[in-house]
Order: sequence, then structure tokens, then C-alpha cells
Amino acid sequence: MPALAVRGLEKRYGPVTALAGVDLEVGEGELVGLLGPNGAGKSTLVKIACGLVRASGGTARVRDTPAGSREARRRVGYLAELFRFPGWYSADELLELHQRLSGSTGGRAERDELLELVELSDARARRVEQMSKGMQQRLGLAQALVGAPPLLLLDEPTSALDPVGRRTVRGLLEELRRRGTSVLLNSHLLSEVELVCDRVAILLHGRLVAEGSPAELARARGVEIETDRGVELFEGASREDAPRLVAELVAAGRQIYGVRALTSTLEETYLEAVGGETS
Amino acid sequence: MSSIPVIVGYGLREALRRKVFAVVLLLTLCFLGLYWLANHYVFRDVENITPPAGIDARAFAGAFMFGLAMFATLFLGVVLAVFLTLGVVRGDAERGLLQPLIVRPVGRSTLLFARWLGAVAVCAPYVGAVYAAAMVITGLTGHWWPDRIVVPGLELAGGVAIVAALSLLGSVFLTSTANGIAIFMIFGAGLVAGLLGSIGHALNSHTLQHSAKIAAWAIPFEALYQDGLRQITANTTGLTGYLLQLGPFGGAYTGGPLLRLWALAYLGIVGLVAAAGFARKDL
Repeated sequence: MPALAVRGLEKRYGPVTALAGVDLEVGEGELVGLLGPNGAGKSTLVKIACGLVRASGGTARVRDTPAGSREARRRVGYLAELFRFPGWYSADELLELHQRLSGSTGGRAERDELLELVELSDARARRVEQMSKGMQQRLGLAQALVGAPPLLLLDEPTSALDPVGRRTVRGLLEELRRRGTSVLLNSHLLSEVELVCDRVAILLHGRLVAEGSPAELARARGVEIETDRGVELFEGASREDAPRLVAELVAAGRQIYGVRALTSTLEETYLEAVGGETS
Repeated sequence: MSSIPVIVGYGLREALRRKVFAVVLLLTLCFLGLYWLANHYVFRDVENITPPAGIDARAFAGAFMFGLAMFATLFLGVVLAVFLTLGVVRGDAERGLLQPLIVRPVGRSTLLFARWLGAVAVCAPYVGAVYAAAMVITGLTGHWWPDRIVVPGLELAGGVAIVAALSLLGSVFLTSTANGIAIFMIFGAGLVAGLLGSIGHALNSHTLQHSAKIAAWAIPFEALYQDGLRQITANTTGLTGYLLQLGPFGGAYTGGPLLRLWALAYLGIVGLVAAAGFARKDL
């Protein structure tokens, strides 16, 4: 049973179509990256999955319960792209509030663990209003993890983080994968998605235009071999073709100094898929 | 249902942390100080007045002053209720405060009800305390006490609870600023309707009386306030009672038990409309 199953999902805001029939699955323990230019429908999809927005058509189910239902919301942790916590709460109090709302029985031990995961243990008594934006974002992640939800929906979780903070989040995502938590990660940071995600889905104008593992999406562009006569490019060849090509060149009496399998990066695939659109 | 106390606590904490609460408390202290001063001078001067035959000057002054205090209490209670509720849905959603709460397994209607309960838990004791303080000031300064003590205070608190519900309803559809303006306009319209009713009573104008009655039932916080005013001089008869009923701080309109039942039903209807609107809202 997938953690999240979306079938023919549609959403219209008046004349504007945000989602035009999207099919997507997030498997158990799978980390799926959602990419696309601004306005592609990524946040809308995530919001439908956690019950903030009603779908105009199609279905979204969280572990076989309708997305947005109370049962589904018990199984979801969510970090919004634009969120704010009341400034007067300390980090510990905020997590306690969400423990009570989600029915978590983890108590102090869970809060300690979550604050440690997002490297905020030293700020447990600090008020939200006294935290930097990056700290608030990490607290938001901890909040989303309250109650150990099996599905985590993260909408731009690293947008306010510096490089060190981003590395912390990457480590956290890897830890979640180890724990078997399913994650749908909506991000603009392709390198981040490429590094941590098992699968990537690219949305454009509310439609899914590409889907696959980062390796699948990063297609072979050829093999480059450096010989005594210079660098030769074998277009269309893949990494698997390299030994044969080298053997043929050696048999032809050439000296080989280096071999490089060329693949398109996720960024190149993404740009190709969205046609250079930014909004 | 177990989420209700958590969200009520969230709302109470928000109320205590917001500067508006401190501002309202400061205004209240100023009002009570000025009210004591006004009572002191009014009742000192009443001793030297020879009123027309049939008028009990002390009762008239006491009821008039206390009616004024009830208006101020209602106004301050409404200010507090509106500022605690005007941005609960759309305002908080626009600021990103609402989404982390809504995705929790808490029903949207539960959240609305709990926020209303939280606002009432702050406003009702506040209204009760100001009402009681004003009554004690008038009683000790002028030796005049209202004919009914408890019911008018409860009706004022009920009126504020209705305004809080209307403000929550408005917060589902309107931005905070628009909602605040709308609620204060409704509040003002209600007061004007009440005054027109008093004038209609004085002039024996059935049209004015009828219009005021419709307005009072359409926005029953005003009817509760008018009923409370009437209650404080329920046993005051003769010319004194008649003049007090002419207003502006004496109620000519008696709502009775039906009004109180309607106020409860009204709260339910407002709550249902708000819950239905919120359930369909994309955040």
C-alpha cells in the first residue's frame, strides 16, 4: 500500500488550472522529490495531500484513506512553504502543543530527540520570536515530525537555510529514510533532490512531465575517450559501452589515457522538461 | 473533542500575549477611574437638585450612570472580542499560523468552536468584572443599586459572545481589516437601531419600534443589551421609569426568555454557517 497515491488529481482556482490530472505515488519508505517551476502546481499537490486544499477532481489517498480526512491527517507530517509559529512559544512548548494536537504520547523524550535531530537542543527554551529564520525552519521540521508520522510532506524545507542548515536537513532526510518514513519533498534545489531522493517527479502547468530515479532521468550523453590522437567523443554510447570502445581502440593500436562516461545532469533534464520556464 | 482544551489554551495564551489585552486593561482602569469621578460629582450635585414632581433624582442619576457604564462595558468587551477573533481564519492563514494547526487531526469546526470558547473565556469574565466594578462604584458612591443584578451582567456577556461569534464568522471570509471594520459597523448599526427604538417608544411610533425590533432580532447582541438596560430599572415605575426608558441609557425593550433562547439559537446558526464556510475553504 503506497504512503501517498494520487490519481488524476485536478485543481482549479476559478479559471486557473493548478493541477490537470496528476498521477503520482510515494511508496513506503520512499523519498520522492517534486520539481517544477513556480506555479507548476507542486504546493497545491502537497496541500491537497495534507487536507488544506480540496481537489476539484481525481483522488488523493494517504495509506488508503482519503487525503484530508482525520485518519489521513494522523499519518501526515507537514511543513508549509510559508509558515509562522506564535512568537511567544519556546521551541519546547511549540513541540508540546503539536504533541497534544496530534495525540503523540512521546512526551519529553520525543521532544528531546526531535530538537537534537534538527540541532536545536540548545535552543529548547528560546522563544520563536528570538530565533533566526533558519532556526524557525528547522523547528518547523521538528514540528512536522511530531508523532512520527509515516508520511512527511515538505514544501521547500530548505528555502531559509544556509549551506550548513541544508546539510543538516539532508542528514535528517537520510535518517528518515533509514527509519522507513515516506517523504514527498517539494524543492527548487535540484542538487539537494538529486542527492537524497529515490525518485523525482517534474511538474509543469499542473501536469507530470517526467518521472523516475535521478539516475534514470540523468540520461547517457556519450563516452569521451582521451587517446594519443586527442579526445574522441562517442555520442549516444553509454557507460556499459566503454570497455568495448576501449578494446576496439587498443586493437587499432591507439594509446588510451582516460575514459569518461557523459550523462546529462538532473538540472539539464529538468531544464529540458520545463523548457526553461521559471514561472 | 480532546483538542478543544488545547486550542482554548492556545487562544487564551494568545490573548494574554497580545498587546491589545494590555491596552484594553489600561482603558478599563481609565474608564473605571473616570466613572468613579463622574459618580462622585453627579451624586454630590444630585443632593442640591430639586427635581420635578414624580422624579426620584437619585434613582434617575444612578440608573442613567449605570446604563452608561453598561454601554462602556459592552463596548470594551466587544473591542476585546473582535481583536481576539477577527483574524482567526483568513488572517492567521495569510500569516501562515493556521496551516500547522489545521493539518493536525483536529476538525476545522472543532478549531472554530475552541477559538470562540477561548475568546468567550477571556471576554465574559472581563465583562462580568467591569460590570460588577461599575455597579459597586455606583452603589457605594450614590447608594443606588440596580433592580436586577445578575441577569443584566449575563446578558452583556452574552452580547459579547455573539459579537465574538460574528467576528469568527467574518474571519472565514474577510481579511482581518475588513472583518474588523464590518463587525464594528454592525455593532454601531445595532446601537443606532436600539436608540431609534427608544425614540420610537417615546414618540409612540410603531414604525420605528417595529424596525428596531427587527434589527434587535437580526443582531441579538443589541437586544440583549437593551434587555439588560431594562432589567436594571425593572421595578422603577412612574415618571422616573418612563424617562429612563426613553434612553439613551435606559432600555424600553424587554426581550424576555424568548430573546435569550433566540440568542442561543443565533449562536448556533452563526456557528454552523462559519463551520460550513471554513470546511469549504482552501488554505
